[in-house]
Amino acid sequence: MASPVPVAPDPVTSADARLALAEQLLACDTARACAEAVVAWLPRHAQAVASACLAREEPGGRMGCLAAKGLSDAQHTALKAWSDDDVSHPLADVLAQAAPRFFPSARAPLPSPGPGGLLAVPLGRPGSPPVGLLLVWASGPTPPPEVAWVAGSVGPFLARQATSGPLGASGSALFRRIIDAVTDPVLLTDLEGRPRLANARAEALLVAHPDASHGRRRAVHLNQRVFSTAVASTASGGVPGLSWREIPLVDPVEGLDLLFELVSTRVYEPDGREAMVSVLRNVTDLGRATQALGESYRRLRATEREARSERHRLDRVLDSVADPIILSDPSGGTVMMNEPAEKLFTLPLDGGRAAQRRVRTNHATFASFLANLLDGGSNLRWRGQLSLMDPASGDTLPVEAVASKVLGDSGELTGIVTLFRDRGEALAKARLLERLKEVSTLLEARVQVATAELAEQNEKLRRQAIQLEQASAAKSQFLANMSHEFRTPLNAILGYTNMLLQGVSGELTPPQKRNLARIDSNGRHLLEVINEILDITRIEAGRMPLHLSDFGIPELLHEVMAEMDPIIARSKLTVSTQLGAKLPPVHSDRQKVKQIVLNLLSNALKFTHEGGVKVLAEYAPSTSMLTICVEDSGIGIDPAYQQKIFEDFQQVDSSPTRAYGGTGLGLSICRRLADMLGGRVSLQSTPGQGSTFTLHFPRRPRRT
Amino acid sequence: MTNPSPNLKPLVLVVDDYDDAREMYAEYLEFSGFRVAQARNGQEALDQAFALTPDIILMDLSLPIIDGWEATRRLKNDDRTRAIPVVALTGHAMTGQSDEAKGAGCDSFVTKPCLPDELVAEVRHILAQRGVAVSH
Repeated sequence: MASPVPVAPDPVTSADARLALAEQLLACDTARACAEAVVAWLPRHAQAVASACLAREEPGGRMGCLAAKGLSDAQHTALKAWSDDDVSHPLADVLAQAAPRFFPSARAPLPSPGPGGLLAVPLGRPGSPPVGLLLVWASGPTPPPEVAWVAGSVGPFLARQATSGPLGASGSALFRRIIDAVTDPVLLTDLEGRPRLANARAEALLVAHPDASHGRRRAVHLNQRVFSTAVASTASGGVPGLSWREIPLVDPVEGLDLLFELVSTRVYEPDGREAMVSVLRNVTDLGRATQALGESYRRLRATEREARSERHRLDRVLDSVADPIILSDPSGGTVMMNEPAEKLFTLPLDGGRAAQRRVRTNHATFASFLANLLDGGSNLRWRGQLSLMDPASGDTLPVEAVASKVLGDSGELTGIVTLFRDRGEALAKARLLERLKEVSTLLEARVQVATAELAEQNEKLRRQAIQLEQASAAKSQFLANMSHEFRTPLNAILGYTNMLLQGVSGELTPPQKRNLARIDSNGRHLLEVINEILDITRIEAGRMPLHLSDFGIPELLHEVMAEMDPIIARSKLTVSTQLGAKLPPVHSDRQKVKQIVLNLLSNALKFTHEGGVKVLAEYAPSTSMLTICVEDSGIGIDPAYQQKIFEDFQQVDSSPTRAYGGTGLGLSICRRLADMLGGRVSLQSTPGQGSTFTLHFPRRPRRT
Repeated sequence: MTNPSPNLKPLVLVVDDYDDAREMYAEYLEFSGFRVAQARNGQEALDQAFALTPDIILMDLSLPIIDGWEATRRLKNDDRTRAIPVVALTGHAMTGQSDEAKGAGCDSFVTKPCLPDELVAEVRHILAQRGVAVSH
């Protein structure tokens, strides 16, 4: 609150003027009064065009213009806009440097009316941070001479105002000492929370020393805001009497967070204005203790929760085990059991007296088992076969129980865990295994018998094979020998007949010649039969190997025709050959092919009386097969015999009185020879119209 | 080969232990204009061959004492008889016998039964190859 400023008489001389200002300043009890005195003095005695004094009206307040003279509107506005919070402003820099600076008009931080510059001088106690600024606009480029003196005079006054506040100078020293002695901060404030009186402890928290560091001032500023807000809200709350609340403040020196209990009470000042008396009590430690208590309580709860969930998990783990588990205390009492154990040792919901009795029996069985570990012996584990009963069904349950002692840290018995394993399944498995073994043994024996039989059979077969082989070889040898024995006399018979017919022994009569010719013909037939039997024997004995060579079909057919020419000439039949286009050279057994064709052609001639015989050779590139057909217009073959004629000694008419000669072995030899070539002989025939025999054989023998 | 007596008819040595066959061929050969010597086994065949040096030998292979193969081998290993052609005669028509006969040194191979005129045709054929004059 501003006091009326006494009007000083205009001094005549500089020394007088200075003295007058000094007296005036001494009389001032507010910063604003000091500022007004200074700005009034300066234009008169220091050739200043205009001046302004910037300071905090009350401790901790905002630095603002307390008094000004000669300022234009623009300069006023600019000054109002300025704040010492704006640290980038040149004037803030002057405060920070704590040294006067002259700004020439062109670079002045505030509007300058004339050619002169702006002199900014920091105000305060020498050696302490400035508490205000003196701004003087000079008429010329040099600072007015009296400004330095004025600044030096007014600085300490303003500094004192900033420290002690409006009441500082006027409070009773005794009262001051009394409240300063109170260790808790005590303040008298207006209803807005602005301090009017503060004891030393309160000042430490809420008043910044002008020489305090920036950090401390920030802390104080923060404290002021928190405190004033709290007080103002208490004041506006309208609650009569004491009001209690907690406010967090900062220790400006240590920077620690503190917690205060604020007790405010509304009082009336002597001048009748309402004010607030506030007492702050440091409850930081109490708060911390409470907090620590809360923390440990919270931890306790967490631990408890954890323990509970641990127990829960354990329960679930135990329940998930399919085998019954029981945890007993050191005296044998059941502490807990899992679900499978409950089925055995607790009464089912719908259990009757029988179930009750069975559960009791199970308990008794278990207790006597457990007694083995509870007798104080040193056994840590006990294993036993128990026979329990299913309470629901009454079935006997053979189980194996394993009980283990649970020892504490110091080795004392804290509990016993018993695990039951169902032996019923194991027993059943063992029985099954036994049965399986029996069956397996039986099977093995059978397999052995079968194997032995098989081996015996194999041996028999092997012997039979050898015997057969020997028999076959013997047969072949026999036939070969027989053939020799046949040939030797036959050679003589045919030879002498031949000689007689040639007239070696003289001329013969026609009947003699006719009879000799019959001997000759029958001898030849006999030779033919012997030769063919020999052929079959050789084929079957595997003694007629393939002799493969390259040859042409046309040449082969030509040869056949030449050999058959005498018979063809006698038969009076038309015999023709027809060669297909592009007959390739053949890689086969030439002798066997020829023998087959000879045989087929000789048959055709034998069974054909009129018409002709055609021999056709063709090649089918798609199958690489050659065909040689012998087509006759003979008597034909009844379908019923078409298969049979390829068998040994078979003709359509096999009776001794048959009309056609031949051994009946020709086609069966053809069939065997064709087989050897990898081919076959086929037949198409219609009785009375003729037959077509066809030899099919591959151009090259297929690998087997 | 040079016949020791070029004016004489060719001499054929017929070797066979079966009398009827041997004599039959001998008779027909003589009938056909050859001189004929006979042997009944391999040993006789060798003796006759060394003694007479025939123009050609008809050798049955199944012979007592020394068989036809062995006799042929010995004849072919002897400088005196090496050049005489040997025609093997056999009643065994099994495949392989002709190869075996050729291996023993036989120049030709004839399977019995062989008619006398066919055999004489074979003899004439071989002698003609050797440049021996054969009368008809």
